[in-house]
Amino acid sequence: MSVKTIQEFASKEYAYGFQTPIEADVIARGLTEDTVRQISKRKNEADFMLKFRLKAFRHWQKMKEPEWANVEHAPIDYQDIIYYSAPKQAPKKLNSLDEVDPELRKTFEKLGIPLMEQKKLAGVAVDAIFDSVSVATSYKQKLREAGVIFCSFSEAVAEHPELVKKYMGSVVPYTDNFFATLNSAVFSDGSFVYIPKNTLCPMELSTYFRINTEGSGQFERTLIICEDNSTVSYLEGCTAPKFDSNQLHAAVVELVALDNAEIKYSTVQNWYAGDPKTGKGGIYNFVTKRGKCLGKKSKISWTQVETGSAITWKYPSCILVGDDSVGEFYSVALTSHFQQADTGTKMIHIGKNTKSTILSKGISAGQANNNYRGAVEIKKSAAGSRNFTQCDSLLIGSRCAANTFPYIDVQNASSQVEHEASTSKVSDDQLFYFQQRGISAEDAMGAIINGFCKDVFRELPGEFAVEATQLLGLKLEGSVG
Amino acid sequence: MLIIKDLHAGIEGKRILKGFYLTVNAGEVHAIMGPNGSGKSTLSKVLAGDSHYEVTKGEVMFQGKNLLELEPEDRALAGIFMAFQYPVEIPGVNNASFLRMAYNAKRKYLGKQEADPLEFNDLLKEKLKLVNMSDDFLNRSLNQGFSGGEKKRNEIFQMAVLDPTLAILDETDSGLDIDALREVARGVNALRRPDNAIILITHYQRLLDYVKPDFVHILSDGRIIRSGDKELALLLEEKGYDFMEASLK
Repeated sequence: MSVKTIQEFASKEYAYGFQTPIEADVIARGLTEDTVRQISKRKNEADFMLKFRLKAFRHWQKMKEPEWANVEHAPIDYQDIIYYSAPKQAPKKLNSLDEVDPELRKTFEKLGIPLMEQKKLAGVAVDAIFDSVSVATSYKQKLREAGVIFCSFSEAVAEHPELVKKYMGSVVPYTDNFFATLNSAVFSDGSFVYIPKNTLCPMELSTYFRINTEGSGQFERTLIICEDNSTVSYLEGCTAPKFDSNQLHAAVVELVALDNAEIKYSTVQNWYAGDPKTGKGGIYNFVTKRGKCLGKKSKISWTQVETGSAITWKYPSCILVGDDSVGEFYSVALTSHFQQADTGTKMIHIGKNTKSTILSKGISAGQANNNYRGAVEIKKSAAGSRNFTQCDSLLIGSRCAANTFPYIDVQNASSQVEHEASTSKVSDDQLFYFQQRGISAEDAMGAIINGFCKDVFRELPGEFAVEATQLLGLKLEGSVG
Repeated sequence: MLIIKDLHAGIEGKRILKGFYLTVNAGEVHAIMGPNGSGKSTLSKVLAGDSHYEVTKGEVMFQGKNLLELEPEDRALAGIFMAFQYPVEIPGVNNASFLRMAYNAKRKYLGKQEADPLEFNDLLKEKLKLVNMSDDFLNRSLNQGFSGGEKKRNEIFQMAVLDPTLAILDETDSGLDIDALREVARGVNALRRPDNAIILITHYQRLLDYVKPDFVHILSDGRIIRSGDKELALLLEEKGYDFMEASLK
């Protein structure tokens, strides 16, 4: 096993790099107050939304892009981004999924995301988001029978304004941070989930994000509300075509869990990562994800498998307000070639006897830079709280880097915080050992990576664990070095 | 089965094997003995295909195939097994699943279906007895936290499961106490058959008390300087390597 073979592992072609030729309704590049008004108008929004957007926009103009993340990139020109791009033919309201533009349907089929309900992934309801708009949501009717609302954000604004007004911005306020504020001003669509009291959501919910138009950013918002004694499992996936220019994806996700409610949020992120040889292009994934365990004994669990994007900047977090509430964060972040990731979580303990678990696995190959950044804050009020953190890094080859930045702040004496960390390296000797037993270097790498990640994969819903395993294999193929 | 002719090889520009010849037939056990630095480990690594080593001259034929042209995994699939002197630790991959991968890779190579998981499990349990290890051995991460003796037994256990045509044991006896040595030897003896062959690479004579070789070769400065039977090993033990080398000059 040579360094060269190791190198080859991480340079597999990106399979989702195609662009769909489809006519789009695009708002000209640039961002002014007028752009914000145009987006709102395009969407026929109620006045309260426009006001929210404008407040955010005015606040954003006073903000500076944060510089503390351990990543490097050329300055982003916010006036050179398309803030709204939607397929032209998208009808206002679809009576059935058969009415989805065949070109779009084909696109999602090609990505392995069937919009037809009888296809594989049966039992998973999908909201498909193409550039700035939601193009289809499957199984709506069946979910409605259970009292579950699963629709595009735009639809929620129109049909459930009382819920949107009550919860939008309650977890991630419009002033939160540069990218969240930008999102609050220009977000175009996203998914909305409402689980009423005493309801087990009858199927997995899932949103699939696809960026198609060159030069466009994607700014979506997801809001999930889980009422007392209810449970939901939600999954998001993402891909984008290959372009030489960088594209910005600045999303906001807000979760609210009330008494005894449980939200499980899983992400398999495979945005285009840029050219493997030059590092040119790729998605800047600057995302704010946060959940609030508002109710007693509520639980929010984030599981993420991050394999794509040129730069990942995200910290899915939990604010543990309710007594005995639980926050969890399970993460595999893989960076290869020129990818950079600064990712981790924040666990903020406010209620009594709150618990959090952080399990982070970072894999770095090629010349990539992988950072874990996490904060555990235990407030004075959070008596008897506990946190357990484990951060492991796996290095493949000798030109990559891994860093860990843990911040811990404990303000009472009855709480307990544990932090464990390790760094290991996949060696030529390990791969040779497998080969000597008749196992190819690729399969060996797969087995080692899987072994490293299995505690996180275990948290993913059923078949997505298989998908994640394969995805990591593909991502590393050709890259070790 | 194995014919090595005029093999020259080294590592990082250093010449170690300098004209090595050996012929191994089916059913034979060959012991290769030599002082430190004589090229014993280089020989096993070169036969297994470790890319850190460079072959500069010579020919190695294994069952009619030019071994030096094959990738390490293809050599293994063709039937070559090396018991490592220092088996590496592989965290997160357990012994049983590692062996299943290896076993199924071989089955695939032979055009057979993957092994039935239950039957394979029975096979593992049967072979475990050979090296006197308990079932929990299977669920531990490969070599991780194993004692020196456990690592060596694990090599023999893997050899028993994979059933190679040619096994190369690279100083499997080093670092073993007498009980472990006996168990390892018992495992090796149980695998001797008329249709396979074993190369024992060792520094000391004592393993040969338990695994009786058909041939003993003394390696010095990259070449075999003397070949004989079991008596040669005893003579070597009595007189030492220096005497052997000096007696040739």
